[in-house]
Amino acid sequence: MQVFIYILKRILQSIPLLIIVSLISFFIIRLSPVDPLAELRLNPSVSKETLQKETERLGLDKPIIVQYGKWAKSFVKGDLGITSNGEQVSTKLKERIPNTLLLAVVVIFMTWIVGVPLGVLAALRWKSKTDRILTVLTSIGMAIPSFFFAVLLLLFAVKTGWFPVGGLTSSNFSEMSFGGKFWDLAHHLVLPVTVLFTISLAGLQRQMRANLLDVLDSDYVKFAKAKGLSEFKVVYKHALRNAINPMITLLGFEFAGLLSGAALTEYVFQYPGLGRLILEAVLRSDINLVMASLMMGAIMLILGNLIADILLIITDPRIRVKGGVS
Amino acid sequence: MIKEVLKQLWKDKFARIALILLGIIYFALFFADFIAPYTKDFSDRTMAYVPPSKIFTIDENGKLSKPYTYNYKRDFDGENLRIVYSLDRSQKHYLKFFAQGEPYKFLGLIPMKRHLVTTDSSGRLFLLGADINGRDVFSRLLFGGRISMTIGFLALFVLFPIGLLYGGISGYFGGKVDTVMMRFAEAVMSIPSFYLLIILASVLPSGMTSIQRFMLIVIILALVGWAGFARVVRGMVLSVKNQEFVQAARSIGQSRLGIIVKHILPQTTSFVIVAMTLSVPSYILSESGLSFLGLGIQQPDASWGNMLKEAQEFTNIISRPWLLTPGFLIFVAVLAFNLIGDTIRDVLDPKNKVR
Repeated sequence: MQVFIYILKRILQSIPLLIIVSLISFFIIRLSPVDPLAELRLNPSVSKETLQKETERLGLDKPIIVQYGKWAKSFVKGDLGITSNGEQVSTKLKERIPNTLLLAVVVIFMTWIVGVPLGVLAALRWKSKTDRILTVLTSIGMAIPSFFFAVLLLLFAVKTGWFPVGGLTSSNFSEMSFGGKFWDLAHHLVLPVTVLFTISLAGLQRQMRANLLDVLDSDYVKFAKAKGLSEFKVVYKHALRNAINPMITLLGFEFAGLLSGAALTEYVFQYPGLGRLILEAVLRSDINLVMASLMMGAIMLILGNLIADILLIITDPRIRVKGGVS
Repeated sequence: MIKEVLKQLWKDKFARIALILLGIIYFALFFADFIAPYTKDFSDRTMAYVPPSKIFTIDENGKLSKPYTYNYKRDFDGENLRIVYSLDRSQKHYLKFFAQGEPYKFLGLIPMKRHLVTTDSSGRLFLLGADINGRDVFSRLLFGGRISMTIGFLALFVLFPIGLLYGGISGYFGGKVDTVMMRFAEAVMSIPSFYLLIILASVLPSGMTSIQRFMLIVIILALVGWAGFARVVRGMVLSVKNQEFVQAARSIGQSRLGIIVKHILPQTTSFVIVAMTLSVPSYILSESGLSFLGLGIQQPDASWGNMLKEAQEFTNIISRPWLLTPGFLIFVAVLAFNLIGDTIRDVLDPKNKVR
């Protein structure tokens, strides 16, 4: 019950946050001197009525505060307007967000599977050769510019022909069997996942290492050792559990970092995700789309942090006792 | 304290290598006008996309000779419908050291003509090949590096005072001020940073001079990064604001702003140094990413990011790999900064064993 109230409180807290986010983004976008409907006007397939409707919906003839009010009202109602190609923004988002989520979830899963054990290994062998080598390797992974790495992998894909170049699915995707679809998706995901995995592994591995080192240094671990527990039991039963908890907070940050980092990777691989969508929207100054995808990005980020917090309550009983004060 | 840090850096093998590398890079960038065979804007359209110049020290008779190079000829291969490059062996172009070449202004002030290495005026010495406009990639790497390697630092110098003051005020005043200020900072942090970056960059009007654009990009980078930093500063301020030395300052009638700036913020010095060295690389990466997309530094100015823009085309990365060199330089620079940052953190913050 307490947990439930805490979650509710957190959700309510994020509403003012979203309002400020929307205000900031709205005013930034309106700072630009571009006519928001310029592309729409030039597009012959868009009718005069649609244009008129958009002008009214955005309140372009009114002062900016009114415009914001109008925008906010229709946003809450779920009407996100149309893109400069005349498509519905909401359909576009529905198409793209799952792809970005898929990418993010796969990458987070992979980094945890690999990063946590490597962090533990480095901490247990603190200052040994293994530790040194791991630190250097992760530093290297951290230093590669994502877009450059993506370009190199693309080069590799073109030269070897082992991987499809760009996109998420092959052209005949809809005709494939379920297994074939799965294989096709996985095949397309390999390269983007490799890029993001390499870049985000370092942070996770280092954090895990630092946490475990801290815990191993604490009194209760020393006590457990002193009373004669085996090394294995001390580490895996006592230390590790406590070292993992702070990592869950990191999950939210990692998700945020992935949303940002994925944009460039998506762009290079022509991956149909939210990052590339917003990028293209920005380049075309398609403000409806920019505004909506910005908000979606913020919502996803806030949700990510929220999920991390909830997971933390579940795994860490101390927070539950304190009554959910983070 | 700085002496101690430098000593420790020198002791660490990796940090030492990193320091030396960065030293070389910054040295080369400082003397870029002299080291580069050509100026930033020198272009020879007939030389578009020529491969790196081959330098010979043994002539066709098998004798040792002064180093010389041949120009490239561009021919159209009608069968395969592509342009082929071959060496024009009719004329040798000897390399000349400390000789007169393209005129330039050293550091933008002193007019000079001497270059470290150049060749006669009809020869072309493109050590790392040429780009689409027939400009020397090696020279542009040096000039682009000036932008890429300084923009991060400049952004930090804009960002840190803002973050320090914001976090300081928020933490010291507390209460409603704190709540409002922190909610705003959290909102900024809730927008995925790269999204914010590209949107701010896209708002920039076109038709600015390159200096204006450069300064605005610095400000944009700072605008994206200040919030997270301010939050950490606030936390640190909260932990020291009730200590005795602060109470003492208050009791002798120091103003609130005075207390924050003179007494509280100096307590965060070592954190600030660590945070600064650790965030330089991320700003270098942000700038190059932005320029790679065409939203940052614009042509004809060079930056490592916008030079890589050409690597977006398949034909370029496959048949003209020399266009990828800026990427390797970004990698080396960022790696060096990271290694130094790690070591500095170890020295200043021994509790936090290499994060």
